[in-house]
Amino acid sequence: MQAVLPRAWETPVPAKPDNIVEVRGLSKFYGSFEALKEIDLDFPRGELISLLGPSGCGKTTLLKMIAGLLQPTAGQVLVKGKPVTGPGPERAFVFQDFALMPWATVIRNVAFGLELRGMPKAQRHEIARRYIAEVGLAGFEERYPHELSGGMRQRVGLARALAVDADVLLMDEPFSAVDEQTRRKFQEDLLSLRRVQRKTFIFVTHSIEEAVYVSDRIVLLSRRPGRVSRIIEPDIPRDGTPDEIRRDRRYLDTIEDIWDGLKRFVD
Amino acid sequence: MSQLLARGTGMPVGPTPSFIRWIATRDHTLFWRLLSLALFCGAWEVAGQIPVNYALPPFSQTFMAFVGMLADGSLLSAYATTLQPLVIGIVISAVIGVAVGVLMGLRPLAEWLAAPVFIVMQAAPMAALIPLITFVYGIGMTSKVLAVTVLALPVIVLNCYKAVRNVNPSLVAMCRSFQGTRWQQVAKIVIPDASPLIFAGLRLGISAGFIGIVLAELLITPTGIGDLITYHRSVANYAEMYATIASIIVFSAVTVGGLQRLEVSLFRPEKREIA
Repeated sequence: MQAVLPRAWETPVPAKPDNIVEVRGLSKFYGSFEALKEIDLDFPRGELISLLGPSGCGKTTLLKMIAGLLQPTAGQVLVKGKPVTGPGPERAFVFQDFALMPWATVIRNVAFGLELRGMPKAQRHEIARRYIAEVGLAGFEERYPHELSGGMRQRVGLARALAVDADVLLMDEPFSAVDEQTRRKFQEDLLSLRRVQRKTFIFVTHSIEEAVYVSDRIVLLSRRPGRVSRIIEPDIPRDGTPDEIRRDRRYLDTIEDIWDGLKRFVD
Repeated sequence: MSQLLARGTGMPVGPTPSFIRWIATRDHTLFWRLLSLALFCGAWEVAGQIPVNYALPPFSQTFMAFVGMLADGSLLSAYATTLQPLVIGIVISAVIGVAVGVLMGLRPLAEWLAAPVFIVMQAAPMAALIPLITFVYGIGMTSKVLAVTVLALPVIVLNCYKAVRNVNPSLVAMCRSFQGTRWQQVAKIVIPDASPLIFAGLRLGISAGFIGIVLAELLITPTGIGDLITYHRSVANYAEMYATIASIIVFSAVTVGGLQRLEVSLFRPEKREIA
C-alpha cells in the first residue's frame, strides 16, 4: 500500500501561513478495508472545525491520526509545519468515553498530563485547580469520577486537556455520551471557551445541529471510503442569544443543506 | 453458643420503633454476617446433638476442644510449623506470579512462551504431583514449599495475565496522548487498572496455597496442622480433629479477607466509601 504517486498537493500552492494543522494525502487501511482515502485538509489557527459525517465514515480515525494515536497508511499530518509521528505537547485529546482514571480524584485526573511531564505536585495542582474552576467544577477537586454525572465527567476530561496548554484541542464526539440538556449547555460553554482561549478546536460529531451551531468550518466526510465531500463555512450570526441563533433562517438552512448532502449516505 | 444464638436471633423478634429505625438507618452487613454464622453453628450444634454421625461432635464440644488446644499450646505450635512453608510458598508464588503474569500481558513473546504451561498447570490436578515432589525432594521443607507453589502459582499468573489484558484501552490511549512513556503507562495506568483482578488472583492463589499446605502435611509427612488432624483422628478425638479443621478454614478465610482490605486501601481509594 506504499503507492507513491505525485499528487496535487506536491505542486507549489500559494502559502497560507497560518494553518496550524495540515493533512496531506492521508489514507488509512484496516487490512483491505479502506477507511479513509486521500484526505487533504487545512485547519486554520484559532478556528473551530467540525468533522461531520455518517457513522463509519472514518472521522474518528482521522482525528486519531491527527492526534498521533493511529499511524496513517499513506500521507502525513503536519502540525505547525512538522510531520506528526506520535502524540505531542501541542495537541490534547478529549475522549468520547471521558477516559478518566476511576481510582484518581478529579484534581489528579485533571493534572495527569502535567504529572506525566514530571511537574511537581504543588505546581500542577495549582494549574489543575484553575482549570477545574474554569469548567465549573470548583469544589469537586477531591471527588472521584464515579461520584460525578456524565456531563461533569466530560468537564473533567476537558479540564485535563486544557491544563496541558496545547494549541490544538482534539475532541472525539465529546458530548455524545451526555444527555440532551447537558449537551446544549456544553455547546454554549464550548463557544464561550473559544472566546477566552486562543486555541484551535477540531471537533468530531455526528450531530448536524451541533456542528452548525458551534463551528467556523464544517468538513463533511462521505463513506466507504471516507473522503472529503464538502467544506462548509456556516454564515451564522454569533451575537444573538442561543434561542435566536437556533431560530435563525441561515442556521436552519445550513442544517437542511447539510442533511440534503448526507441523506444519500444513510442506509 | 445456644445462648449466643438466642441473643443473635432475638433482636428481630421485638418489633419496636427503635428497631425499625435501626433497620432503616445503619449498615447491617456485619449483623447479617454474624447471623449467618450463628445459624450455621446452630445447625451444627443440632446435628451434633442428634447425632447425625457418631464422629460428628456438636459445635459446643468442638469449641471447647478448640479452647483446650489453644490453652495447652498444641494448636499454636502446629500453626507455627505449618505457616513457615505456607508463607514462603505464597511469597514466592506472589512475587514470581505477578511478575510473570504482568509480563505475559505486556509482551507477546512472554505470552507465547509461558501461557500454555500455566494453562495446563491450572487445568491439571496438581495434587497428583505431590507424591512426585516427595520422590524428588524428600519430605523436608522444600517439598512443602513446592506443594504450595505448584498450586498457587498458576492461578496468580493467569489472573495477572488476564488483568493486564483487560486494561481499559481508552485509558492507555489517554496516557499515550499526553505523551506518557511506556514505563509511566505500566506504572500509572496498567497496574492500578489491573489491580482488582490481580488481587482476585492473589486471593485465589492464597486459598490454593492453603490447600497445598494441608495436602502436603497430610500426604508427605504429618507435621503441624496435618499432624494434629491425623493424630486426633487416629485416637478418635473427633472434637479436636474438627476444631483443627475449622480453625484452618477460619484462618484461611480471614487471611483472604484481610488481603481484600489491603487492596482497597492501597490501590482503590475510590472504593473505600463503598466497600
